[in-house]
Order: sequence, then C-alpha cells, then structure tokens
Amino acid sequence: MNAADEAVVTGRPTRRRLRLGRAEPLIWIAPALAVVLFVFGYSMVELVRRSLEYQGEWTGLDNFRITVEDPVFQIALGHNARLLLAVPVLVLLSLLISVLLFEGLRGWRFHRWAVFLPYVLPIPVVGVIFGQLLQLNGVLNRALRAVGLDALALDWLGQPRWALWTLTAVIVWKELGFGVILFLARLLAVPAEIFEAARTDGARFFQLHRRITVPQLAGVIAFYVVVESITMVSWVFNYVYVMTNGQGGPADSTQVTELYIYQNAFQFGSPEIAAAAATILFCTTLVLIALFFRVQRRVGLGAGE
Amino acid sequence: MPVSRTLARLVKQAVLVAVTCLALFPIYVMISAAFKSQDDFLRDPWGLPLEPTLNGFRTALNDQFPTWFANSAVLTTSSVAATLMLASLAGWGFARWDFRGRDTLLGVLVSLMVVPPVVLLVPLFVFGVEIGWISTFRLVILIYVGLMLPFSIYLLTNFFRTIPRSLIEAAIVDGASSWSVFRRIVLPLSAAPLLTLAVVNLLWVWNELLIALVFLQDDSKRTLMVGLTGFQSRYNLDVPVIMSGLTLATLPILAFYLFGQRFFVRGLVTGAVKGE
Repeated sequence: MNAADEAVVTGRPTRRRLRLGRAEPLIWIAPALAVVLFVFGYSMVELVRRSLEYQGEWTGLDNFRITVEDPVFQIALGHNARLLLAVPVLVLLSLLISVLLFEGLRGWRFHRWAVFLPYVLPIPVVGVIFGQLLQLNGVLNRALRAVGLDALALDWLGQPRWALWTLTAVIVWKELGFGVILFLARLLAVPAEIFEAARTDGARFFQLHRRITVPQLAGVIAFYVVVESITMVSWVFNYVYVMTNGQGGPADSTQVTELYIYQNAFQFGSPEIAAAAATILFCTTLVLIALFFRVQRRVGLGAGE
Repeated sequence: MPVSRTLARLVKQAVLVAVTCLALFPIYVMISAAFKSQDDFLRDPWGLPLEPTLNGFRTALNDQFPTWFANSAVLTTSSVAATLMLASLAGWGFARWDFRGRDTLLGVLVSLMVVPPVVLLVPLFVFGVEIGWISTFRLVILIYVGLMLPFSIYLLTNFFRTIPRSLIEAAIVDGASSWSVFRRIVLPLSAAPLLTLAVVNLLWVWNELLIALVFLQDDSKRTLMVGLTGFQSRYNLDVPVIMSGLTLATLPILAFYLFGQRFFVRGLVTGAVKGE
C-alpha cells in the first residue's frame, strides 16, 4: 500500500517523510560513535604507533625492551601485583558486612549509608585526609601513643617498608563500600524461602552463609573481583599521586605502572617509553577481562536476574 | 538457646558499629578540624571543635578556591549534559532498530568501559598540543564525554529495550516521526535512568584528577581536585585550612548523597547486578 492509498484508507493525509531505511539507526548512533572513535580508537592506534617509534623513526620493539628492562618499571609492576592482595581482603570483608546488614540488625540502614559513604568521596580528598591522619605526629599515632602502644606508632607513609601497605589499607577503606552495596543488593534479591528453608533445617550462621549465601552471590563476587583487580592494576594513580606528592616515594616504594607512564610522559620527556608501558598495561587489563568472561561462563548466569 | 542468640546478636551489632566508626572517623576528623584553629587542632586533633572558628574557611576562600570550584562546576555540568544527550540518542538507535553488527558494536562499547584512562593520555596530549587545545575546557570535555559514553550507552540501551513495542507502534500509526516518538514517548519514560546516570557521571567528573591534571595546566583553568592536591603542600603546616578546603570540595557530594542516596546506589549497582 503506498502513501496515497494509505491516506484514502485512514482518511488522514500522511506527511511525506524522508525515507532513511536502513541507515536510520546509524544516524542516531553516529554522534556518540564519533566521540568514542576519537577518544578510544584514534588514541589506541596512535599509542601503538608511538610505542614502535623513537622520534618519528620505526624502531620495532626497542621501546618495549627498554621498558621491560627498566628496574623502575619492574618495581612498579611488582607493586601493582602486590596491590592485588587487597582483592581477597575486600571480598571477605564485603561478604561479612553485607551479611550482617542483611540480617536486619538495628539501624542497618544507617550503617549501610555510612559504609558506602567513603566510596563516593573524591580520591584526592581521601588521600589528603589520610596523608594528614597518618603522619608521624598525625592523629593515628597520637592515639596509639595515648593508649601506650608507642611501638606501633610508625611513620606510615614515610618508611619504604610500610608505605605500600599503608596505601593498600587506604584503598581498602575506600573501595569496601562498593562491594558491600553490590552484595547486599544481590542478597535482597534472593527469594526469602531459600534462607527460610535452610534455617528450619537448623543451619547455623557460618553454615548457612557458606552453603546458601556464597553460591547465590557467586556471579556478583566474580564481577567484584574483576572490577577490583582492574582497579589495583590500572586505576590507583590518584591515591599514589596525592599521598606521595606525585613521587611514588619514599624511594619508589609506592611506584605503580600508571605513575611510571605519567612521569615518563610528562616529567622525564620520554613519551615513547610511556607509550610502550601503556600498551603493556592495556594488554594486562585485556587479559583480566578475558579471565572474567571465562569465569562468568563457568559460574553461569549468577550475576543476572 | 536464647542467651547465646542474644550474645551473637550483640557481637554482630558491635561489629557493625565498629565498621561504621572506621568509615566515618576520617570524615569526622576532616569536618571537625575545619572548624578548629591550628592550636586547637594540635592540642586535641580528634575532639569536637569547642571554640568553632571559620578562619580556615576564610583562608581557603581567599585563595584560588572559588575559581577552582567554578571550573569544576562548569566542566562537570557541561560534560555530563553532553554525555546524556549523545548517549540517549545512541541508546535509542541501539534499542529501537536491529541492524547488522549491532551486538558486536555494543559488545565493543561495553568492553571499552575498562580501558584505563592513563593509556589514552599520551596520544590525546600530543593531539592537544598539535591543535593548541591544551588548557582549554573543550578538549577536556570531549575526553570526559568519550570516557563516560560506553557505560552511559550501555545503561540506556538496556533501559530503552524495556519500553513496550506497542507504545512505539501506536505512535507511528498515528503519524509520529522517529524524532517525536523519541521526544514525546521515550525520553519522558526514561526520567529515572537518566537521573541515575546523571548522578553517577557527575560524581565521576567532579572527582576526576588525572585528566584534569594533565590537560588543564593553566593556573586559571585548574579544577578543584587538582587545586586541592597542591593546596596540601602549600598549607602543609596549617591543617585546619587544608581540612576546610577538603570540606568545601566534598560538600556538594555530601549534600547529594544525603538526599539522593538511592540514585547513587542504583547507578553504581546497575552495571553489576544486570550481569555482563
């Protein structure tokens, strides 16, 4: 039926419209796609090109060799790997707290609010606060000395031995709320009968949660593990930059891959090394994602509704 | 065994209270120190400010603080507005029409969510230098929009797919154009996800440090987060001034969080609980 017939049948004039046909969805998507292509597509291609050149000349994999052999880069990678140790801690703590909140103890809504608060604060703000709290004569050490624990009053950020662990603790403090909220949201979606049945079977706290809660949460836990692993490997710049005044110190003890890229690109004037390191970092996150999809397939659709 | 059950309850309650205290303590120190004088703070760093003073705030506000605040506000609102606009157009394109390569394209978009921004820094900076856009808002807004789009499109596409087909078809039979379907039916139905997305994105841009640090080097273009980082070393000895600055920077977020907690939670959880 053509437009004229249609007008006759419906008794209404049809407006002649531009026939876009199959191109129509592309017109809706195009503006966003253009921005994404520029920010990601152009940058990735340029990044790889730069990582293979030195001052405009093709040098093959030389930049990668120099980067990988650089002891500072190795130290940085090692620190990112050590930061990964925070992931199991985050998962366990989030599980514990979300289960406690789920039990509906008095004031659980307030506790949920408080636990999630650190996650929405800006990292620079968090970094500066903890930088002050953790100074040699900061609030924490004064409190420790006041209760007679002078031996524990360390120079938390000033000693190479402790600085990275201190940093890890701050990251855990900030990232914990995300896991709690995630797990709690999933728990609240589990049909209540499942818990009831287990309870009437006489399951106690740990039994109940090991047998019911953890399997129910498998999908979200896998998701959280991946998100936090990616965070530890490639999103900790802000913490390090703010808490060590952009140095990764003392003595490279908090040097991480992102800071290495930043320093090489903008302070040491060797963008080709930064490009090579960035390519390596990008490939690492790709591996993590691939791992995630495999885990998710094995666990099944645990995360979906 | 009611006694042991009461005991268990008490232990659980105690653990929760301890966790809450740990979560709030640093924030409490920040806000209370902001109202103290330097002497007060050194004498009693964790007590309440018994003689509250606004000197810290005054010093912070007399510094470049208002400029940074305004810069952050401009950047945040304009990049989030642009993101919402582009993402809802694209989301509708993905949700309404089935075309070849759609799922692949969406899959690629979703995976871009995990690309660390630091990876894009060098090429974008060189680009910025070449066309003279360093220390301009337009380049930073462009980058922010690009970084926010993958998640935003993903979230909106998922939502748009839940809009009943029959509603759309009825409007088309009535002679509505694609554009008016989008304007008059899709957008009004999507107020909640758009608001959620706005909150999550506003939070992200407001808190962003790395890109602002690299691309806005001009003193008059600094954002709040970059400014605060330098603030720390400048007022190293005057903790109350630093804490006043931090409090002011956190205030919009705290206010938002107090009134709109559910939007934060919904937005940050959606991506995860929906799977993929």
